[in-house]
Amino acid sequence: MKGNSFFYCLGQGFVGIKRNKVFFLASVATIAACVFMVGLLMAVILNVNYVIKEAQDSVCITVFFEPETSEADIQDLGKRITDWEEVSHVEYTSPEDAWEKFKQEYFKNEPELADGFANDNPLATSASYTVYLTDITYQQKVAERLEAMTGIRQVNKSEVTASALSDFGKIAGIASLAIIIVLLAVSIFLISNTITTGITVRAEEIRVMKYVGATDFFVKSPFVFEGIIIGLIGAILPLIVLFFVYRSAINYVVEQLHTFSSAFSLLPMKDVFYLLVPVALILGAGIGFIGSMIATNKYIKV
Amino acid sequence: MIRLENVTKTYDDNKTHALDHVNINIKKGEFVFIVGDSGAGKSTLFKLLIKELQPTSGDIYVNGKCITRLRRRKIPMLRRDIGVVFQDFRLLKDRNVYENIAFAQRAISAPPSQIKKNVAEVLTLAGISEKYRSFPDQLSGGEQQRVALARALVNKPKILLADEPTGNLDPGNSQIIMDILEEVNRRGTTVVVVTHNHEIVRQMNKRVINLKNGIVVNDIREGGLASER
Repeated sequence: MKGNSFFYCLGQGFVGIKRNKVFFLASVATIAACVFMVGLLMAVILNVNYVIKEAQDSVCITVFFEPETSEADIQDLGKRITDWEEVSHVEYTSPEDAWEKFKQEYFKNEPELADGFANDNPLATSASYTVYLTDITYQQKVAERLEAMTGIRQVNKSEVTASALSDFGKIAGIASLAIIIVLLAVSIFLISNTITTGITVRAEEIRVMKYVGATDFFVKSPFVFEGIIIGLIGAILPLIVLFFVYRSAINYVVEQLHTFSSAFSLLPMKDVFYLLVPVALILGAGIGFIGSMIATNKYIKV
Repeated sequence: MIRLENVTKTYDDNKTHALDHVNINIKKGEFVFIVGDSGAGKSTLFKLLIKELQPTSGDIYVNGKCITRLRRRKIPMLRRDIGVVFQDFRLLKDRNVYENIAFAQRAISAPPSQIKKNVAEVLTLAGISEKYRSFPDQLSGGEQQRVALARALVNKPKILLADEPTGNLDPGNSQIIMDILEEVNRRGTTVVVVTHNHEIVRQMNKRVINLKNGIVVNDIREGGLASER
């Protein structure tokens, strides 16, 4: 398509919108609702994944040893566990480190009480490994393997949290996908109807174009442009709304839930919108393109 | 320029032949009237020539090329060689005279400079230069048909097909349209006019192909009508 024809067809796309205001508004509203829902679900999913990731990073297995296990055996166990493919890394806490941590936590204001244990570490048998996993779902398997090892007295894990988080992520993903598919189908159907109305309104123009030798592509282009323009407008509007909604949500979490904020926080704006803006624009333009192609292929034949 | 070889057209919903083994040969630069009563097959012939319909059997040649099995994507190129004019003008009501004519050029992606030049040329040929800003509703029937004619000619077609171009016009305006068609033909375009206006046909004294029930019943050569009188 030559440059002047491109701009002519683009211009005709806008003319079509102007002539068909009611259907244009209805289509924009539907696409906007669809993109808004997709955006909202995406923001929720991104944040759920963020929370899961944070939780996964903090979920770990703590391993304590039999009292008679020697320092060399503990070192050897550590090396073997680190080599497992399910294990991301292992942190060693010596009895001294454990006692220091305990002192900081419980005798911070009365250090003289702790001094009484200076030469007799009450946590002498509390050396431990903190085992971090590459994936939260490996927890049960790794815990069982650890329990079966010689020299290990106790294995502490948080299985309920792990599976619950993992399951919640999966359910949220499936439910979101189902809702998005339904909304997409409705949007494509409605935009296709809008373009069909446009084709009917401009039937005479299309007929004349065909008689004077316009190509299929030239006749269809204005309608495809119209669909894409509607799709893009329908995507930009909810993005603006989502921007303000998400900003308010972040402010609310920071201001109202500050007591939990160390445990619960939302992804920063830029992290969400960096992904959301291209997805919404491609989605809007895609809905417009597919809807208009369905209508033009069905009703325009040279 | 136009050749029909044993062309038959039968519509699916009607088992009778709209055209029945029709053979027609129209040479380059000819001016031909196709006449006949309603249902004679005139409109079917018109639609076959612009590839709006597919013949049931037989072959159609336009400008030396067989269009019977022409691929769909090649149809626009065929139509660029054929200008068409209809009884009901088919002008776009929301565009002025200039835009109606320029529309045909834009549809074939003509460059803007060429559009201006060609539109001015056909406006002059059709004698409606002073009306270029008027909208169709502001024009008489005759003027509207001249705009339609200008639009059909602006892409410089080799063939001009006119389907009852004077059907909605008074004798005065009909004569103006015929004069323009004659001028177009003089400049080298092959002109085919489908009509049942016998008065115009007699006056013009051109070649006349008479259709009846889908069959060519006679083909009177140019000047033949005068000798028949």
